Amino acid sequence: MTSLQDAKAPANEVVLEAIGLTKHFPVRRRLRDLFSSSEKKAVHAVDDVHLTLRRGKVVALVGESGSGKSTVARLLAQLYPRTDGDIQLHGESTRVKGGSAFRGYAARVQMIFQDPFASLNPVHTIRYHLTRALQIHGHAGRTEADLEAALTDLLGRVSLTPPERYLDKFPHELSGGQRQRVAIARALGARPEALLADEPVSMLDVSIRLGVLNLLRDLKERLNLAILYITHDIASARYFADETMVMYAGRMVEGGDSETVTQTPAHPYTRLLIASAPDPDRLTGDLDPTEEDRGNGEPPSLIDPPSGCRFHPRCPAAMPRCSTDLPVPLTIGDAPGHWAACWLYDVPEGAGK
Amino acid sequence: MAEPVLEIRNLNVDYGLGDKAVHAVRDVNLTLHRGEVLGLAGESGSGKSTLAYGLTRLLAPPGVITGGEVVYHPSSAAAYDVLGLSDQQLRAWRWAETAIVFQGAMNSLNPVHKISTQLTDVLKAHDPKMSEHSRNARAREMLKLVGISADRMGAYPHQLSGGMRQRVMIGMALILQPQVVIMDEPTTALDVVMQRQILGQLIELRERLGFSVIFITHDLSLLVEFSNRIAIMYGGRIVEEAPAATIYRDALHPYSKGLLSSFPALRGPKRELAGIPGSPPDLAGMPTGCSFHPRCPKAFEPCSTAIPVLGRPDTPDGAGRSVACWLHPAEQPVSAV
Repeated sequence: MTSLQDAKAPANEVVLEAIGLTKHFPVRRRLRDLFSSSEKKAVHAVDDVHLTLRRGKVVALVGESGSGKSTVARLLAQLYPRTDGDIQLHGESTRVKGGSAFRGYAARVQMIFQDPFASLNPVHTIRYHLTRALQIHGHAGRTEADLEAALTDLLGRVSLTPPERYLDKFPHELSGGQRQRVAIARALGARPEALLADEPVSMLDVSIRLGVLNLLRDLKERLNLAILYITHDIASARYFADETMVMYAGRMVEGGDSETVTQTPAHPYTRLLIASAPDPDRLTGDLDPTEEDRGNGEPPSLIDPPSGCRFHPRCPAAMPRCSTDLPVPLTIGDAPGHWAACWLYDVPEGAGK
Repeated sequence: MAEPVLEIRNLNVDYGLGDKAVHAVRDVNLTLHRGEVLGLAGESGSGKSTLAYGLTRLLAPPGVITGGEVVYHPSSAAAYDVLGLSDQQLRAWRWAETAIVFQGAMNSLNPVHKISTQLTDVLKAHDPKMSEHSRNARAREMLKLVGISADRMGAYPHQLSGGMRQRVMIGMALILQPQVVIMDEPTTALDVVMQRQILGQLIELRERLGFSVIFITHDLSLLVEFSNRIAIMYGGRIVEEAPAATIYRDALHPYSKGLLSSFPALRGPKRELAGIPGSPPDLAGMPTGCSFHPRCPKAFEPCSTAIPVLGRPDTPDGAGRSVACWLHPAEQPVSAV
C-alpha cells in the first residue's frame, strides 16, 4: 500500500504518517476469568491502519461510530500509547509519553475536538484560552503589545473580527460556531504543521457547518497545513477532503481520491454507506427494494471480531474466502491511488459488479 | 387532500412569564393530514421541539402555552381542542391518540426493567381490564412489527444495541395504535445505515397502519426524502411550508434556500457552498421584523421593521404552499383560511 501512496503526488511533503497503527484496549477481567485459562481479552479498536498526511492536503477518515476513527486521531495526537505500528513525523519514528517531549510534539500536531461546548473551559475568557496556547508554545512574544498583536492575529485568522468583541468574552457568551472557531484559533496558536479535526462540525448547527469547513480549507491553503478530517458524513468528506479513507470495525477498507471513492465506491461497505446517506434526489419514501435485504445487521463486536474480512457477516457479496482470509489492500484500476481491502478485486476481471 | 387529523391554530409558547418571557413558538399554524409524514425542520433553538411538546401539553415549567388551539380530529367522533382537555381526558388522549418518540429515545428506556415490562406497562395503564396473556401477546406482536424477534421480550435495555432500542421505542409508541406519532429527532444518535433501515421501516408501518407522522429534525436532506410535506421553522415561527419536492426544487424563503445549500451533495457536480452567514438568533433578543433579516442576503427595507405573515405566495404554484417573506407577500394569510 505504501507504494500506492508514494505514487500519488510526491511533490507534497509528508508531515505525519501512520504505519500499521494498532490499538487494543484491554478488557477488565473478572475474578472468575483469573482461574480460567482463557486468553486475555482486548477490544481491537484499531488494527493495521496506514495513513499519510501531506502538507496542504486534507485526508478524510469516514466511518460509523465505533469504527475506531476517533481512536486513530487520538493515537496520532499521542494521547494514547499505541499497541503496535509506528507514527512518523517527517519520517522519524516518534513515541512521546508526556512532559516536554509531548509538548514538542503537540507544537507540531494539534487536535480539534468535536464538542466546542466541552473543549473550552467555562470559567475562563477567550483571551485566557488563546494566551495559554501562545505562551506554552513560545509564541507570546516578549511584551504585552506582542501578545496583543498575536491574539488579534489569531482571531483574525478564524474570522472573529473585530477581536475586541471576542477577547474578553466567556465561552457561554458565544454561539457554537464561534466557539469552534476559538478552538481552531487555539490550535493555531501552537503554529502546528498538522491539524487533527475529530468531527469538527457535527455538533454545530447545520447552517454554520459549512462556514467552519470553508474556514478550515482556507487555513489549510494559507498556512499549508496537513489536515485529518474525521467524520461520519461521507458527503462532507467529498466536499472538503482531497483523499478519503473508509474505516469499518477498526480496519481501513477503502481509500483513494475523494471523488473516486464517493462516485465509484468499490468496497461493499462503502457502497452501503453511500446508499444509506440521505439523498434528496431520491423520491419521497420510495425505497429501493433491492436495498431492503442489504446490509442488515450491525457492526461486529470488536472484542471478538469476525475472522477474515470484518464486514463479511453483513456483506451481500461475501464469498467463502471472505470468512477465512483477511483481505489485503488491492488496487482498483479506475483511478490512480484507489484501493479497497476486498477479495472481489483479487482477480482483475472481477472488478466491479 | 386527505382530511386533517391535527390542526394547530395560532399556537404561542413562552418560557417564563411577564416581561422576561422568551417567545419560543409564535403564531404557528400547521395542519397534519391523515396518513401523511409532515417534516418539521429547523436549527437548534428554532422552537421545533417546543412546538411538539406544546401541542402534546408536555411542556415542563417554565414553558407556558399563552394562546392558540390544537384541534384533534378523532377517527369517529367530533373534533376537540387538546388544550382544553382535563387532566384525566389528557391522560387518555396521550399515547392512545397521539404518541411521541423522544429525542435520544434509546436512552428513554428504563435500564432496570425488562423490555416486556415496559411494553405491557402502557397497556396496563390504558386498558386495565386487558388480561396479562393478551397484553403479552400484543407486546410480542409489536416487537415483531418493528423487526425484533419476540424472544427478546425478556431482555434488558443494555442487552440491546442502539438501533434495537430505537425500534423498541417506536414499537412502544405504536402499541395503542395512535393516529398521530410525533418523532423528535428519532435517528440523530444513530449511524446512517441504521437510520435508513429504521426510517424505511417506519414508512412501511405507516402505510400498513395508516397513522400520521410529525417528523422533527435538523437534517433537511433526510426530510426531503422521507416526508410528504415540510415546514421550516426559524426563530419560533414557520417561515415556509410546502410539499417536500417543491421545497427541494424551488424554495422561496431565503432561509430555506440557505438550509438546502448547507448540505454538500453526494452526487452530481461539486459546488462551492457557503452555508448561511451569522448565527441563529437568540430567542431572548429576537431581531425586529423578520427574525432572519440580519442573516438574509436579500433583506430589503420592510424586513427589519415589519413581520412577514405566513401566506400563500404570488407564484403560479402558490396553492398548497405558504411562505412568510416580504419577497413573496402573502395573497391570503394562512390564519385566515
